[in-house]
Amino acid sequence: MSSVSRRALPGFRLGLGYTVFYLSVLVLIPLAACVFKASSLSWSEFLAAVWSDRAVAAYKLTFGVALVAALANVILGLIVAWTLVRYDFPFKRFVDALVDVPLALPTAVAGLVYASLYVENGWLGQFLVPLGIEAAYTRLGIVLVLVFTGFPFVVRTVQPVLADLDAEVEEAAAVLGASRWQTFRRVLLPTLIPPALTGFALAFARGLGEYGSVIFISSNMPFQTEIAAVLIVSRLEEYAYAEAAAIACVLLAFSFLLLALINFIERWSQRHG
Amino acid sequence: MDKVKRSDPAFVRYGLTGLTYGIVGVLVAIPLVAVFHYAFSRGLGTYFDNLFNNADTRHAIFLTMVVAPLAVALNVVFGIAAAWAIARFRFPGRGLLTTLIDLPFSVSPVVAGLLFVLIFGANAPLGEWLKDHGYKVIFAPPGLVLATAFVTFPFVARELIPVMEAIGPEEELAARSLGASGWQLFWRVTLPNIKWGLLYGVILCNARAMGEFGAVYVVSGRIGGQTDTIPIQVQKLFDTPGENGLPAAFALASVLTLLALVTLVAKVLIEPKLRAAEERPTEPEA
Repeated sequence: MSSVSRRALPGFRLGLGYTVFYLSVLVLIPLAACVFKASSLSWSEFLAAVWSDRAVAAYKLTFGVALVAALANVILGLIVAWTLVRYDFPFKRFVDALVDVPLALPTAVAGLVYASLYVENGWLGQFLVPLGIEAAYTRLGIVLVLVFTGFPFVVRTVQPVLADLDAEVEEAAAVLGASRWQTFRRVLLPTLIPPALTGFALAFARGLGEYGSVIFISSNMPFQTEIAAVLIVSRLEEYAYAEAAAIACVLLAFSFLLLALINFIERWSQRHG
Repeated sequence: MDKVKRSDPAFVRYGLTGLTYGIVGVLVAIPLVAVFHYAFSRGLGTYFDNLFNNADTRHAIFLTMVVAPLAVALNVVFGIAAAWAIARFRFPGRGLLTTLIDLPFSVSPVVAGLLFVLIFGANAPLGEWLKDHGYKVIFAPPGLVLATAFVTFPFVARELIPVMEAIGPEEELAARSLGASGWQLFWRVTLPNIKWGLLYGVILCNARAMGEFGAVYVVSGRIGGQTDTIPIQVQKLFDTPGENGLPAAFALASVLTLLALVTLVAKVLIEPKLRAAEERPTEPEA
C-alpha cells in the first residue's frame, strides 16, 4: 500500500481539487452539454434525428466495419503475438517496434497513404484491382484502415500474457500425451481469450469513433460508405446542431457501454486468471 | 525450460513467421515506405517547395507547433496533479476518478470536437457572450487547443499514476520529516523520480496532439492560412484537383510520419529507463 495519511504529505487538496476542476471543465461539462443539447429536441424530433434511414444505414456500416476489422485484428494479433513471443527470427525487434506505428502515426497520414496504395495504379492496387478487389473508396477500404488503426491492441494485450505463461503447464500436457494442437486448444487458448477479448474491445471501440483515416479512403456516400462520424460532420455543416448532438449521444452511449465491458472483462480475468 | 516439448513443428514455425512478416509488412512497413516514396517522387527540390513555398502549408506547420505544445502543457499540469492525488492518497471516489480520466479515449474525436462547438459555437449562450466581448473560441486557435487537450487528456496522467505508485512515498515522507516545504518536495524529490515517466507521457501526448484530425476538423472551420493544422492541410492538399496536390499532401504527411518514427524511437529508448526506475529497490515499509 503506497497511500499515506493526508497529514504526512502536502498537496492532497490542491492535487485532487485541480484534477476534479480540470476534468469537469474539459470533459464532464462538455459531455453534459451534448446530452443537454440533444434533449432540447422533442422525443419525436430526437427519434427522427437518430433513427432516420440515413442514420440507421450509417450505424449499421459503422458497427459492421468496426466489428469485421476488430475480428480480423484478433486473428492477425494472435498470429503476430505468438510469433514475437515464441520464435526467433531476423529483424525481430524491428518488427516488434513496427507494431506500435499505428498508435503514433496520425490517422490522416494512414488514410492518405492507404488511399494511394489501393487505387488502380497504386503499389498494391495494381495487383488487387485486376483481381476484382477494389479497396479505394469502398467499404473494404474502410475495413482496411480500421484494421491498421486497431492493429496494436490485440498484439499488445496478448503478448505479455503469452510471455508470462508457465512452461510447465504445456510440458505437463505434452507428457500426458496431448498433441501440440490439443495443448494449444485446451491449455493455451483459454488463457489467451481474456486478453484477446480486451484487445478486441479496444480495437472495436477505436474503430467505432475513427474518422481521420476513413474520410480519405471512403467515398463517404450516404447509405453506402457514410459512417456515423461523417454523418455527424455533415449534420454540423448543415447547422443542425441538435440533430448532430443526438447522433453523437447514440455513439457516446455505445462507447461507454464498451468501456464498461472492457473494465468488466479485465476484472473478470483478474479474478479467474 | 524444455525447448523440445514447447516447440512447434517447423512448418508451423516458418508459416507463422512468414505470416507475421506479411502482416506487419502490408499493414505497416509498405505504407511507411510509400509515404516517403510519394513525397520524394518529384525530387528534393519539389519536396521542399511543397513544404515551404505554400503560405497555407507554412501557416499550418506554425499553428500545429503552437497548438500541440499548449495542449500538452495543460495535460502535464493536470497529469501531475491527478497522479499526486491518486497515487499518494486514498479517498472515496478514487476508483471512479481513475475510470473517468480514461473517458476521453472512448469518445470519437468528431464527437469531442462537436462538444466544444455546442458550448462555444455561434448559437450557444456562452459562445455568444464571449463573441460580444471579443473572444472567439470556435473556428479559432483556442478551440483547437481545447479539442486537442480533450483527445489527449489521459496520456500523461495514465503514465504517471503507475510510475508514482511503483516508486512509493518513502523518499517524500523522509524529505518531509527533514523539513522540506511542499515545493522543495516536488522539485527535489518527486520530479526527479518521475522524470522518465513524465517524458514518456509527454512524447506520446505530443504525437497524438500534433496528428489529431477529427476533433480539430470539427472545431477549426478549416479556414485556409488561419485555422488549418498540418493534418487538415494534408487533407486539403489531397482534395486539391490536378497533379500537384498529391505530392504536396505526401510531403507534408512525411513530416508527420517522421514525427511518429521519432516518437517510437524515443519510446523504445525510454522504456528500459522507466522499468529501471519502477523496479528500483525502496526501503521496506514501516
